[in-house]
Amino acid sequence: MGTTVSIDVRRPLVDRAAIDDAMAWFHDVDRRFSLFRPESEASRVAVGALRLDDASPDVRAMVTLAETVRERTGGYFDARRHRPDGRLDPTGIVKGWSVDEAISLLRLAGASNVQVVAGGDVFAAGEASHGSPWRVGIRHPEARDRVAVVLSVSNLAVATSGLYERGGHIRDPHTGRVADGLTSFTVVGPTLTLADAYATAAFAMGERGLDWIAGQPGFGGLAITRDARVVWTPLVDELLVPAQLAG
Amino acid sequence: MPKRGALAMGLTTLALVLLLNFQTPGAASTLEPVARSGSSSTTGSSSTTGSSTTSDATPAPAAGATVDGPTVGTRYGPVQVEVTIESGQITDVTALQLPTGGRSGQISREVESMLSSQALTAQSANIDGVSGATYTSDAYARSLQAALDDAGFTG
Repeated sequence: MGTTVSIDVRRPLVDRAAIDDAMAWFHDVDRRFSLFRPESEASRVAVGALRLDDASPDVRAMVTLAETVRERTGGYFDARRHRPDGRLDPTGIVKGWSVDEAISLLRLAGASNVQVVAGGDVFAAGEASHGSPWRVGIRHPEARDRVAVVLSVSNLAVATSGLYERGGHIRDPHTGRVADGLTSFTVVGPTLTLADAYATAAFAMGERGLDWIAGQPGFGGLAITRDARVVWTPLVDELLVPAQLAG
Repeated sequence: MPKRGALAMGLTTLALVLLLNFQTPGAASTLEPVARSGSSSTTGSSSTTGSSTTSDATPAPAAGATVDGPTVGTRYGPVQVEVTIESGQITDVTALQLPTGGRSGQISREVESMLSSQALTAQSANIDGVSGATYTSDAYARSLQAALDDAGFTG
């Protein structure tokens, strides 16, 4: 199962080597964390072939982070329950983390205006052009070729969980039922690691996920309901591009 | 990797695309067959569609240019798309390689139609990226997304 990653660097440009380094980072993460690779470290931990204590610092950090987020989301993000077999699966948090790290690499290399998109989750650093923040569309829940909302963001992560991604894959970990009431939940915040995990959790919570995300400092949420309403928290107010509020 | 020259309004973009295998939140369901509404879906955790692929497009001139998406292997055959850019605007998206025959042929046509609408809609919205457009379980759409990323119009 592939995830597409794109890196978009705007002026000031950086050496090609910096892009290559970021790309190599993603491949390295893939090699170590993919559960589709039986030999990956994460796979070996998941099946018990490698003790967590003997795993690399990154793998241990991701497991710890996933557990912390599970507690912070009241169990709505659960790295174990997302797997049918209940085995440990920290990879739900790895994608966002790998993007955050890539952004750091690119910034260190001098890319102050750069957007990284990984499988529909975005971190937009700096601006798209001078004076113009990045414009990130939120996919329309019913029409895959349209956007429902456009957000104007700078130095923010944007992550969306929704039914359209893989068809009802987010279940309420407390009831085991597929979350209903919403078709998508978008979270904006300072890191994609947390925004991504929080989007998963808030979507499972349903509309009350908005209240929950509003209580997380620095984070905001925007939900699209099954009856086609768009609801958002105050932090998102200033990010909305009003003219794009069209179905 | 596509390495693009000047876009409209003097922007210069470096964009690159790769396909990875690590999972996304809640993606455990991808370990088993997943029902989807899209007719172009491809599943399978160990098929060639999941292999790490790096695009190898060459630098594109600024105007009147075409950007080739990466060739993505699928169970139906290779897929590669081409985006035509004139004066910084996407004017066309065509399939360079699509599987033909039988169900595959039908799927190909549907996907080709989707490619064009996605590109043009994203362009008209004047956006830099799309959140929620993962398409991770759909090799055809991944090719689409990669090609559009090449063009700098979507995520």
